Amino acid sequence: MKRTSRSDFEKYRRLAMLALLWALSGWARAADLHPPATVEAGHAFSIPVPGSGPGTFYLVGPDHVVKRDVSLGSDLEIESRDVRAAGRYQVILCDSACTSAPFEVKAAQPAHLSFFLHPSRVPVSTPNSIDGTAFVFDQYFNLVLTPAAVDFQITPASGTGFARRVSSRHGVAWMRTDSTKHEGRVQVTAASGSVQEARVVQQVAAEACALRVKAVPSGNMVTLETDPVRDCSGNTLPDGTVISFTTVDREGKTTVDTPIKKGVARTQLSVHGRAQISVACGVIEGNEVAVNGKL
Amino acid sequence: MKWGLVVFLTLATLVLVAIAWLQSGGVKQHTISSAATPEEAVQALMSNLQAHNFQQAYDSLDRSSDTDIASFIRDVAGSDGSLRTYSSLQSADVSPLHADPDQALVRVRMNWSSALGSLDDVRDLRVRRDGSVWRVVWPKPAFPAVPPQVLSVNYLRWEVIGRNTSQNWGSQDVDSPKVRITSMNAISRPGRVVILGEVENEDTIPAYLNVNATLLKTDGSPLDEEGSFDLISHVLLPKQVSPYRIDFPGVRMDAVKSVRMDARALLVPASADPVIAVADQAVGKDGLNRNVLKGELVNQSGRPVNIAQVLAAYYDDSGKVIWVSDGYVDQALMPQVPVPFAVDIPNDIAERLKSYRVIVNHYSRTSN
Repeated sequence: MKRTSRSDFEKYRRLAMLALLWALSGWARAADLHPPATVEAGHAFSIPVPGSGPGTFYLVGPDHVVKRDVSLGSDLEIESRDVRAAGRYQVILCDSACTSAPFEVKAAQPAHLSFFLHPSRVPVSTPNSIDGTAFVFDQYFNLVLTPAAVDFQITPASGTGFARRVSSRHGVAWMRTDSTKHEGRVQVTAASGSVQEARVVQQVAAEACALRVKAVPSGNMVTLETDPVRDCSGNTLPDGTVISFTTVDREGKTTVDTPIKKGVARTQLSVHGRAQISVACGVIEGNEVAVNGKL
Repeated sequence: MKWGLVVFLTLATLVLVAIAWLQSGGVKQHTISSAATPEEAVQALMSNLQAHNFQQAYDSLDRSSDTDIASFIRDVAGSDGSLRTYSSLQSADVSPLHADPDQALVRVRMNWSSALGSLDDVRDLRVRRDGSVWRVVWPKPAFPAVPPQVLSVNYLRWEVIGRNTSQNWGSQDVDSPKVRITSMNAISRPGRVVILGEVENEDTIPAYLNVNATLLKTDGSPLDEEGSFDLISHVLLPKQVSPYRIDFPGVRMDAVKSVRMDARALLVPASADPVIAVADQAVGKDGLNRNVLKGELVNQSGRPVNIAQVLAAYYDDSGKVIWVSDGYVDQALMPQVPVPFAVDIPNDIAERLKSYRVIVNHYSRTSN
């Protein structure tokens, strides 16, 4: 048996000729070959061939072509490796004339899942913010178009998890859920039969809530420090989040963008006379305090 | 015939000596030694600085100048990898402010060219008569020094582990940061249209950000597309807000039907340090009577910042961004040392501005 490759120019030429053969064979003796109408991907099968003498057999599939010399009157064995790709196939048999017949290869049982989970980070308590989409494939990576049950298991770092069963449509199953109130990792698993894929969403704190700054004068300086910066669910904003301090005194305005470290943001500034101090995190504003500088 | 050759050789020698004198800066030296006016003395000094003849420039200073040559060179040529060290003096405008028989005050506006644009340095120099010539009195530069100390810095840093390209389709990956344009304002300026506003990194990770704008005609086709280039803080830490400005030179506002904005963010490794305070900000006038936003930058971290850029957003009384301007600081920001800055404000903007906000872009030679 001789296998051909799609990457070779010569093979393309042959393919074009086969296409012509195929067209002619349809007109010739199409009723002589009787392959099964549907075959599962990767399953070997045989086709009875009437007549006697030598002949040439072609199998034209969606991703490759097979050519083989055969003896008419015996069964044609189609190997499993020749029908791995799902799709429409054509068998062609030529002796003095050509005959052909189509058959369909369908995906086998689910064996792989491609699981997309978005986003990889999500603020807590956000409705419909987590999307999971699973593509169901067989062992040859054919999309399984027949409905298959996909179980999504959502397991937060704290609190109870939950599961959701979805039937795939045209090879795709998806679900959408809310983020929970607590920051941390949420593991989402998609499973179909014995196949399972796990992904992780990082739930992060939402916008700052009740942002407060306190000012502690020390000599000519004033130390500004926030209370632990949390969102409205009580989650601490991650270190590195920028807090903007603004001081307005008789010399003008002073601003410092300083990152949160260990839950709080802290900076030290000199003030001249009475000063008004405010704090903000992104577009969220906090409280204002007044201090009397000694300079 | 014999005397003719002698005369010829003598004349040729004199011509060659004269050429050599001219080429070696004899004219400038003569100008210095014969600076008959205070302006000429300052001009001669600037010529030497322009030619990087720091020794000659230093030698031309008045003896009462209380500075050594190392400090003088550091003062005019910069140090610590600052922007001034990458600059050269392009031109100097000299104008007398006050003159007495023995001393004068001269204002010099030095224009330094750098890869990041031109920088102005305006100084008022005292000039003294020394016999028949005038000499510049160069004040001793004050370089603030921080006492030797050890600063403990537990800075934050984000690293990125990307997806392995050999992994299957659909494998776990990390999303790009989420950024949001919080405001956008299109204004008409002489000879151009300007798009400006602010953008926020809403995410919990740093973002490398580019903001682009496309001007659309009435039929919906693109008229022009530009990016914010350096008028933005490209690296935004979580919840940080940056102003941006996009200029469209040669475009008239009446040709624009709408604007399409595009903010693209990439996930990049970044450091939360250095923290730079912008102190004593105030709107005022500079030595050339221009409206400026002045203040001081204080590097609160332990490592020098070589090049700093100040970005300022100006708001009207409704809180709308009406202008964004920037300015590079030609001194390095040494730890804890205040460094002054000033950024220009157009006159019409200065009349309307109600408040402003300043952020600082920084570049350090040492990797973070």
